[in-house]
Amino acid sequence: MADRAVAIIAPRAWPGGLAAAAVAALILSALAAVVWRADASRGLGAGDWSAIRFTVVQATWSAVLSVGLAVPVARALARRRFAGRALLVTLLGAPFILPVIAAVLGLLAVFGRAGWVNLGLDALGAPPVSIYGLHGVVLAHVFFNLPLATRLLLQAWQSIPVERFRLAAQLDLGPRMVFRTLEWPLLMQAVPGALALVFVICLTSFAVALTLGGGPRATTIELAIYQAFRFDFDLGRAAVLSVVQLVLAGGVAVLALWFIPPISFGTGLDRPLTRWDARGGGQRGLDAVWILLATVFLLLPLVAVLGAGLAGLNDVPASVWRAAAASIGVALSSVAVMGVLALPMAALIAPRRRGGIEAVGLLGLSASPLMIGTGWFILINPVANPAALALPVTALVNALMALPFVLRILVPRLRDTLLQYGRLGAALDMRGWALWRWVLLPRLRPQLGFAAGLTGALSMGDLGVIALFADPERATLPLQMYRLMGAYRMEAAAGAALILLVLALGVFWVFDAGGRAGADT
Amino acid sequence: MQGGAPVLTLDRVTIEQGDFRLEADLTVASGRKVAVIGPSGAGKSTLLGAICGFVPLASGRILWDGGDITRTAPGRRPMAMLFQDNNLFPHLSVAQNVGLGLRPDLRLSPADRDRIALALDRVGLAQYAGTKPGKLSGGQQSRAALARVSVQARPLIVLDEPFAALGPALRRDMLELVRDLTAEQGASLLMVTHTPDDVRLIADDVIFVDGGRAHAPQPAADLLDNPPPALRAYLG
Repeated sequence: MADRAVAIIAPRAWPGGLAAAAVAALILSALAAVVWRADASRGLGAGDWSAIRFTVVQATWSAVLSVGLAVPVARALARRRFAGRALLVTLLGAPFILPVIAAVLGLLAVFGRAGWVNLGLDALGAPPVSIYGLHGVVLAHVFFNLPLATRLLLQAWQSIPVERFRLAAQLDLGPRMVFRTLEWPLLMQAVPGALALVFVICLTSFAVALTLGGGPRATTIELAIYQAFRFDFDLGRAAVLSVVQLVLAGGVAVLALWFIPPISFGTGLDRPLTRWDARGGGQRGLDAVWILLATVFLLLPLVAVLGAGLAGLNDVPASVWRAAAASIGVALSSVAVMGVLALPMAALIAPRRRGGIEAVGLLGLSASPLMIGTGWFILINPVANPAALALPVTALVNALMALPFVLRILVPRLRDTLLQYGRLGAALDMRGWALWRWVLLPRLRPQLGFAAGLTGALSMGDLGVIALFADPERATLPLQMYRLMGAYRMEAAAGAALILLVLALGVFWVFDAGGRAGADT
Repeated sequence: MQGGAPVLTLDRVTIEQGDFRLEADLTVASGRKVAVIGPSGAGKSTLLGAICGFVPLASGRILWDGGDITRTAPGRRPMAMLFQDNNLFPHLSVAQNVGLGLRPDLRLSPADRDRIALALDRVGLAQYAGTKPGKLSGGQQSRAALARVSVQARPLIVLDEPFAALGPALRRDMLELVRDLTAEQGASLLMVTHTPDDVRLIADDVIFVDGGRAHAPQPAADLLDNPPPALRAYLG
């Protein structure tokens, strides 16, 4: 009878419109600057084409391997119950907020030239493997995205009602039939979205390519922008590459929008289902192996960062602590900017049917950080010293990059809140700040804390725009750590990596726990 | 129709929602307690929602004391409404929830606080002022919501079955509280109900909603003792 979606009461729309316009203006002005400055007459050189090819090839491999491996891992997690399962599922969420450069250091310790794997191979008399080049980049991307894909698929798996499994058990269906009747249709639904998401994320990969790629055979577009900019100071070529990056990543992101599933970072995945199938010893053994492999693959690099970092803490120079302070400032600024932009935008989106404003948030996902950085550099350079603005620009870009995720966290909860309590608020004539202060912010508190933690951690660990803008006097912690690695001061870099890891996870924990503490249902 | 001068007038009101259509052309007199009854899906809640400003009108006007309130925001209308559920904010204390009836921004003066304490005392919740609603029983939650209605002190109280989830005895208690409240404040009452017992307990008049039409209020006793065919079919 009554269409409740129509009757919900919305907070004022204009602040959200203003925030959305600001986001669009920030991104579109960078785009305009890049297009204006792009030297189209020169076209794309051989190096550019090979960067495009490498970008697509590595993203394809990364997506296929991440999701392909996630299928058996998610399946094993979905149908097994064991001590530490909840902890492992939580751990699967960690790589998303892990500073890329710190994790790369861990991967180097395990798979690098003198890493644990090569030590083992050497003891067996086998030839060493190299982590640099295509397979190194793909390895790192799988490290980051296998857990993400596993969580997405696990979510899909757990959406199968328990009654279906009961029915399957009642009919005494074997593992193959359970797979065909229940799991295959589900995979057909969930896998394309997961593939698309990982592919888009890997298309704009920079820090991984910077550290493990490089050279003519392993340069992503994002890295090529950086090199054109930093080594050749060829703004025209950087601009051309930025346009290419935008067309490629933006195009794929827009296409993938229809596939990409709602990202749920929340809890609930730790709820194990009662299953009656797959009780055979072989099935159990196989699941155990998958879970063990995934855990080891996830934990080893982290253990390596921890071990090397503790050993290297004494070698950390003062510049690292200065950079750490700068990074904390950048992360907190990003959180503040995110709050100012995301809350009004969420309030604009939540009462309405899906539409344009959400797309503005996703602009940030399709526009790569280095493209935005290049554009703003072009705009800022004639009027001010870009290096002086390195930290504010980094904070702002990091907030924009977090925005699509943050909106997906905030909007559903805000929508529910308005549906449940919008009428009551309106009946009591609550509006403006009173509505935010007494209803919306308290109801959003856990989600807001989670979103702030995510933004802070991503911003803390980001190595992107800062690499374009910074001069030797200014650096964030990830950049300072990269410089130490470039100077082969690996002990100091390991110490910095540990500090970075602690800061990123710490900022996440502080906000997330702060949001959940005292939140009433 | 008896009682005082008309205070609420629905002037050739129509509500349309997709295929659903409801017409109402009626007045409610000052101080009357009116039950709204009818089959489920007939549009009782929609009618109350329209009166309180939550459902837009397709045509017609709503008048209060002769003044047009058709476009007035819900919170600025002269009525206090309780919904079927979600009448209290679960993250605010009982006292804060009641306080919202006085000040939507909760900037409460000492006098305001005294009124809140008095209202809570009246409904027997004095010792629960600092408690969150989730810790209260269903009946206590209803009392807290009624305490807020009492401090709002609006001339029309609108109830969209807020006590439907309570057992018969508790519901009766609540209705008696409502009756005392209206008597004390001289307020009019509009309430949706499903049970003829409730109508006999509290209502002076009945608005029967059926077949896309909200009929004008009829004296409750007459209507229940001598129902027209449609109402008889509904009552069974």
